Amino acid sequence: MTTIDIRPDAADTAADDAHSDSAVASFFVGAAAWITTTDHKRIGRLFVGSGLLALLATTVLGVLLGLERADDANTLLNADSLLQMFQAYRVGLVFAAIIPLGLGLSIAVAPLQLGARSIAFPRLALTGFYAWLGGLVLTMVALGRNGGIGGGDDQAVDLFLAGHGLMIVGLLASAGCVATSVLTTRAPGMTMRRVPMFAWSALIGALGMLLALPVLFGAIIYLFLDHRYAQLNFGGSEGIATWIGWALSTPAIVVFALPAVGVAAEMFPVTFRQRQPLRGVAFAGIALVGVTALAATTQQLVFDVTFDTDGTTFIKGAVPFILFSGLPLLGLAVVLGLGLLTAKQGMGNGRPHISSPFVFALLGLKMIAIGVIGNFLYGITDLELIGTVFEEGATLFVVYGATLGVMGGIVFWAPKLWGRVLPEKQVLPLAVLGLVGTLLAGAPLYVAGFLDQAGGVPANDADVAAMLSIGDVTSGSLWNILSFAGHGVMALTVLAFAGLLLKSFTGAGDPADENPFGGYTIEWGTSSPAPANNYEQVVTVTSPEPLFETTSEGSPS
Amino acid sequence: MSTSTAVFELPPAPAPAPRRQLLVGTALACAAGTMLIGGMLAIWVLLRERVVDAGGRFPIDYIIPEVASNVMLMTIWALCIFAQWAVYSGSRGDRAHTALALGVTALLAIAFINAQAFIYVDMAVEISADYYGALFYAVTGTMLAIVVAGLVYTTVATFRALGGRLRESEILSAHALYWYFAAAAYSAVWFVVYVTK
Repeated sequence: MTTIDIRPDAADTAADDAHSDSAVASFFVGAAAWITTTDHKRIGRLFVGSGLLALLATTVLGVLLGLERADDANTLLNADSLLQMFQAYRVGLVFAAIIPLGLGLSIAVAPLQLGARSIAFPRLALTGFYAWLGGLVLTMVALGRNGGIGGGDDQAVDLFLAGHGLMIVGLLASAGCVATSVLTTRAPGMTMRRVPMFAWSALIGALGMLLALPVLFGAIIYLFLDHRYAQLNFGGSEGIATWIGWALSTPAIVVFALPAVGVAAEMFPVTFRQRQPLRGVAFAGIALVGVTALAATTQQLVFDVTFDTDGTTFIKGAVPFILFSGLPLLGLAVVLGLGLLTAKQGMGNGRPHISSPFVFALLGLKMIAIGVIGNFLYGITDLELIGTVFEEGATLFVVYGATLGVMGGIVFWAPKLWGRVLPEKQVLPLAVLGLVGTLLAGAPLYVAGFLDQAGGVPANDADVAAMLSIGDVTSGSLWNILSFAGHGVMALTVLAFAGLLLKSFTGAGDPADENPFGGYTIEWGTSSPAPANNYEQVVTVTSPEPLFETTSEGSPS
Repeated sequence: MSTSTAVFELPPAPAPAPRRQLLVGTALACAAGTMLIGGMLAIWVLLRERVVDAGGRFPIDYIIPEVASNVMLMTIWALCIFAQWAVYSGSRGDRAHTALALGVTALLAIAFINAQAFIYVDMAVEISADYYGALFYAVTGTMLAIVVAGLVYTTVATFRALGGRLRESEILSAHALYWYFAAAAYSAVWFVVYVTK
């Protein structure tokens, strides 16, 4: 039995037929084709497009909250809505941005890389998108109606939890499709050791979600029933932060950044025209980052370790600390180190082909690494950072870094997704702008953390007040102003990038040839854009980089 | 920008053989379900410990109908045997026995749901009256949802297996795997909720 849908969308054909009838009919038929599509490239783009819009809204929230923090009087925003705004911002960073962006890119690209005609269970993947989107809307509506953590309206709090549950179900459905695709729909000859780096990271990321998100879903079932009927076990609406806060912060969210890590690992061999050395080690590096998924099993807010203590206490803290803060860092170091090794080995192959996707991906990887280092430091009790805004800085580095990585992936695979190359001169500055935005948004919060500015996911108005009161007012304001500026720069980056995508998607820019970036994986052997079923003919894969020998500038090993 | 001009000529391959997609998808769903039940039971144990440490009683004064919960355990493991029987019969092309096995599987799933309903009525746990109610209904309700999903799976598997080529019916194996997961999940729920309480 096969559940791969290899037919082109019927609605696509209908759209072509209706094209000549009238513009209005064409629009509606085209819209129907998108709404009911089973083409994984379109489903992925629905996720990415929605994720970019949601990220834009989240960065605007970050700007507003940054302004409020920087204002000594804290009077810019309505005090009654600050609690919900902080939560919308944190939920937005994770559930509306980093997860859909990474998952969307995985859905759009991984089946192409595998030589598959479609994603596994395409209708389930589309259903997952709508469940996620519906859950996100419900969550935001609930926050707008005084719901959320510590919310005053009981029904809105219930709606907030139900919205989260719906989002999780949707994300699990789509992640399951990605993981099943990588495990079952690979082209003949493509063993697991020959799977492209990005597809591997998509698999690990999807498996991580399948392990982590059900734990959150279970907690939400408890919270919903308890809050709706009893409010006895979990501390009412304010207690929600204790039980789901871990999902909105590092290290749990690092697993959602894995697709961005995969983009970076994919880009080094392409840029330096060199086969990926030590593929097994690179796979292990990406998998080590995925270990953070297991942090969810503990449902702990912080994995802290105290060095100034006796042996048993130290070991009790050190084991989870090393597992969930140390191993991901090691994994990122492995990926980065192998990238540098690729660059070194590739120097003999002529001038490297440095393109905007590589710049995006490299900067994104470094930002994620800074976030993971921040998470590592945050857990060291002796530094007294726990409970400070330092954690938010680490989260921002991971989320914005992953965003940069995904942007690189979109630019890289745009030729296969809609047949256009994004203009290099316009895209490249956005990578630098995104870097500036990420550094400005995250780094000042690291400093503010050392100045004891309170942070975390606020559970009530008192928490918000603590987060807004800065111990060292003068310098504290400076760091908050810088962070506010960083959010603003990031908002501009996302807006400009979305604009470029829209322009390119509507037909502007140069049509792409089959392999504009000189990629070595099999998706670069099909036409640009890839047809509805990805490949005219299924190919046999004989090496991890099957196009390496066939490219004119590639150097056979 | 282009760095390659060569024509890509990879050898064409025959149509890829099915790689048990439904089975793998079901296995992943089972893994997610295991994390769900495991996470919920972990919270149960944590809260139970807090109540007991504070000198409280758990589960207050409710009397758990052990016969019903034990019968449910036996039912769900028996159900696995019938689901596996369907796999065996299907692989031999025995349509009659496959139909019988799937029918009994569905019947046992309904019996499980009936027993759960009996426990709800017999215990009469009030969800809003105390700390136990919400916890109890959350765990057992989730387990019930897993079994209901299994019943739907059995129905779909019956139609797809009997309506198609029986010997190639991967769905029967995936269906049996799901019930093994459900049985394991209920065993854990049974031990934590009904035995250790």
